[in-house]
Amino acid sequence: MDINDVRGILTAIIFFAFIGIWVWAWSSRRKQDFEASAALPLEEDTYITTNTTNKRENI
Amino acid sequence: MKSRKTACSAQALQLEDNSIQNRGLTLDTAASYNDKVVRQFSIMVVIWGIVGMLVGVFIAAQLIWPQLNFDLPFLTYSRLRPLHTNAVIFAFGGSALFATSYYVVQRTCHVRLAFDKLAAFTFWGWQLIIVLAAITLPLGITQSKEYAELEWPIDLLIAVVWVAYAIVFFATIAKRRIKHIYVANWFYGAFIITVAVLHIFNNLALPVTLTKSYIIYTGVVDAMMQWWYGHNAVGFFLTAGFLGMMYYFVPKQAGRPVYSYRLSVVHFWSLIAVYMWAGPHHLHYTSLPDWAQTLGMVFSIILLAPSWGGMINGMMTLSGAWHKLRSDPILKFMIVALSFYGMSTFEGPMMSIKTVNALSHYTNWTIGHVHSGALGWVAMMTIGSIYSLLPRLYNRESMYSIKLIDAHFWTSTIGVVLYAVSMWIAGVTEGLMWRAVNSDGTLTYSFVESLKAVEPYHYFRLLGGLIFFSGMIIMAYNVWKTVSDKKPVPVAVLDPA
Repeated sequence: MDINDVRGILTAIIFFAFIGIWVWAWSSRRKQDFEASAALPLEEDTYITTNTTNKRENI
Repeated sequence: MKSRKTACSAQALQLEDNSIQNRGLTLDTAASYNDKVVRQFSIMVVIWGIVGMLVGVFIAAQLIWPQLNFDLPFLTYSRLRPLHTNAVIFAFGGSALFATSYYVVQRTCHVRLAFDKLAAFTFWGWQLIIVLAAITLPLGITQSKEYAELEWPIDLLIAVVWVAYAIVFFATIAKRRIKHIYVANWFYGAFIITVAVLHIFNNLALPVTLTKSYIIYTGVVDAMMQWWYGHNAVGFFLTAGFLGMMYYFVPKQAGRPVYSYRLSVVHFWSLIAVYMWAGPHHLHYTSLPDWAQTLGMVFSIILLAPSWGGMINGMMTLSGAWHKLRSDPILKFMIVALSFYGMSTFEGPMMSIKTVNALSHYTNWTIGHVHSGALGWVAMMTIGSIYSLLPRLYNRESMYSIKLIDAHFWTSTIGVVLYAVSMWIAGVTEGLMWRAVNSDGTLTYSFVESLKAVEPYHYFRLLGGLIFFSGMIIMAYNVWKTVSDKKPVPVAVLDPA
């Protein structure tokens, strides 16, 4: 097997890996996890001030 | 005896408790985010932005009035130009990446930043590097590698600080209390790892004195290493890192989750896989082998797909919330930044086509392209994110003045459009004049004639730069009024999800 066979095989592997990423990302099992992740930037900060000191236990 | 001691310490504990209560703060740092380092870097974004762009404006003026170097070696264009590029990329852009990555990784992992002291070291270390660059570059101490001019002792310091940055970032990811790693962190992580690899390999050198070294690569290999580094500095420092910023702050500011999380996953993997190979397009028609040039061109064209996938993902995040653009200048900054990202990632692949490159290369078109990316995409995304971030860091509802943000938005937009358009015209003019030949095969124009032809556009470029720069002064005033009278308040770490 010469170096060009390796190159060809590598190209095929990367091609199928790319298809695999699409399949993985679009599978319905990912939906819930992705929705939870996508909501992360929308969380608001809770400042630790006198007003919230008591509530801190619940944060 | 023993019971009295217990009672005493109990009383002391109570006293301590009271004092904490009275101050309205809890000192339990483990339960709060480390925002100190984020605040430090955020403020430096504004300061280095002003410094870097001021140098840019000055050298733009030198191109019109060369006597502005006052015959002083350290004020010559050749020495100030690397100072400008280093200041805007690594000081302004770098500080923005440190600030936002440290903020985002904590918020999206529900955990405090790892290693407070190491994080503080990355701040002071990075500032020291910037100061050293500002001293050595005007003195003419340089490796002469574009965007990697700094000499070997500073390169070593960069490597140390960067490894510390990687440790802080990835240790925070490792102790996260959220199962999935949010997409912004993937982009930041790829940026941190790749920049470490690029920096170390491109700067391998043999030192001869403290201020002089020789790069170990020679000839065309050196050129290829340089542009492998150079283009990936664009791809990972100025793109991947800022896409991380985009994937957190655009949804945050729009109040909506990213348009398609699934697309963001494909966007990430395809972008980082393809960018690595685009470097040879900087070396078209040189002694680099033809196959390598063609490879660079093909990958550059492919790059259009992931770039636009990401741009569309960012833009469409606003679907259903477009009305917010009317009242929120921060969102305007972000959407215009994404528009410039879309334009320059279309322009880039086009310029990488050999026949187009034959016209555009070595002309001001390249300068226009770089600035529509650097001012339009990088700076406007940074500015928008900092306006979104700063009030949160200082427990304020919003910046001191929304009207001033709007004014800043218009100065930035008008400035970058003036800059880019004048450089496009100048570049095409130069390209056409340089390639024009008479019927007997001699050149139609001398080089000086092409210089004279583009002179008017140098004025417009200076004007555009000045207008963009004036926006940074507005920002500095607004930031000062926002933070000067505010004492920062710690933010509680959220529970695991």
